[in-house]
Amino acid sequence: MDGVKLHAFWASPFSARVIWALKIKGIPFEHIEEDLPNKSALLLQYNPVHKKIPVLVHGPRPVCESMVIVEYLEETWPQHPLLPTDPHKRAVARFWVKFIEDKSPNVWMVYRTVGEEQEKARRDSSEMLSILEEHGPNKGKKFFGGDSINIVDIAFGGVALWMGAMEEVSGCKMFDAAKLPRLNAWIANFKSSPVIAENLPDRGKLCDHLARLREKRLSSSTSK
Amino acid sequence: MAGRVVLHGMWASPYSKRVELALKAKGIEYEFVEEDLTNKSEALLRFNPVHKKVPVLVHDGKPIAESLVIIEYIDETWKEGPPLLPQDPYERAKVRFWAGFLQQQLFEAVFSVIKTDGEAQAKAVKEVHEKLKVLEEGIKVHEEVLGMKFLDPEKYPRVTSWVKALTELPLVKEATPPSEKLVGLLQFLRARALESAAA
Repeated sequence: MDGVKLHAFWASPFSARVIWALKIKGIPFEHIEEDLPNKSALLLQYNPVHKKIPVLVHGPRPVCESMVIVEYLEETWPQHPLLPTDPHKRAVARFWVKFIEDKSPNVWMVYRTVGEEQEKARRDSSEMLSILEEHGPNKGKKFFGGDSINIVDIAFGGVALWMGAMEEVSGCKMFDAAKLPRLNAWIANFKSSPVIAENLPDRGKLCDHLARLREKRLSSSTSK
Repeated sequence: MAGRVVLHGMWASPYSKRVELALKAKGIEYEFVEEDLTNKSEALLRFNPVHKKVPVLVHDGKPIAESLVIIEYIDETWKEGPPLLPQDPYERAKVRFWAGFLQQQLFEAVFSVIKTDGEAQAKAVKEVHEKLKVLEEGIKVHEEVLGMKFLDPEKYPRVTSWVKALTELPLVKEATPPSEKLVGLLQFLRARALESAAA
């Protein structure tokens, strides 16, 4: 079988999602750490459209977009499945992945903005969390995938486990644990799962990195 | 494949149209429920409580929302008829990547052009051209409403010929709503958006 390489970045939740999927499925891969201000020529060649990580390269073939990569891994390596077999249940899982993908940019916006823009992003992030709390397919279960982690857990993990750092760095609270008991329990379960726990950036290092980036971004936008 | 298929949709919605095209391409019999989006049916709200939007496919009483998710479901459930996605996982990944790009990048930019004016619109127009350029290297929408032409066969020969091939398919021709009707609706939506932006 062709070798697998992953162009990744230690602080990125998107490359974390792919690493979790690779490790859960036991797929051997070569981790290529990109220095994001100095993207490698290979990365730009493999992802000319977005020029972003993560990019999975399987043999000669590049695959881009974290959740597209996870679906590709699922279809190519069926062991430790991340999607149910029943078509309707698969559709429900994909619905929630799309929901998370559509709404989670608000979380990044809270971190990237200030003032009114930030407040709107905070409200939209909270709304996303309320909807997941009320309608999410994890009622009475450990994970969205039941007893084991599935594609929805991976998608949401990339958001939920970065939210705390973003709240800290931006000084803006999105996650009200008192109002989100189910999600709060989910976070504890997910974070303590061995594959996840072993593949998370150090919180202090992440906050420092995010704080530096935020300062740079905000000071460059106000100096215009 | 047995089981009752109901599609809650709306004649002018491109998302609803996607699902209709998928069902027709596969030769699946279905009932169409035309939703009045200003007065949504109780069934729609029950079937899609998260977004309260069309399209929703209901198969044997089980609802599925999100047009691209519905299309994947249709492809997996009805294996007879032409495949809507390729079989090979890498080709499937490419299709999913471009579907995502079209939706998040190009469609959103085109809607912005419809809803804005002046400087904001000029910015949105620039974005549409940038996205089309991307599509050209790896859509005859809204041109009448705005008096603008996006699909220039000289600038975007491949995208233009792809759209032409699509719109000439009998299946697509039959399913496309009448142009004047669509233009009328878009003009109304544009006027409303500009009014609420000015307010």
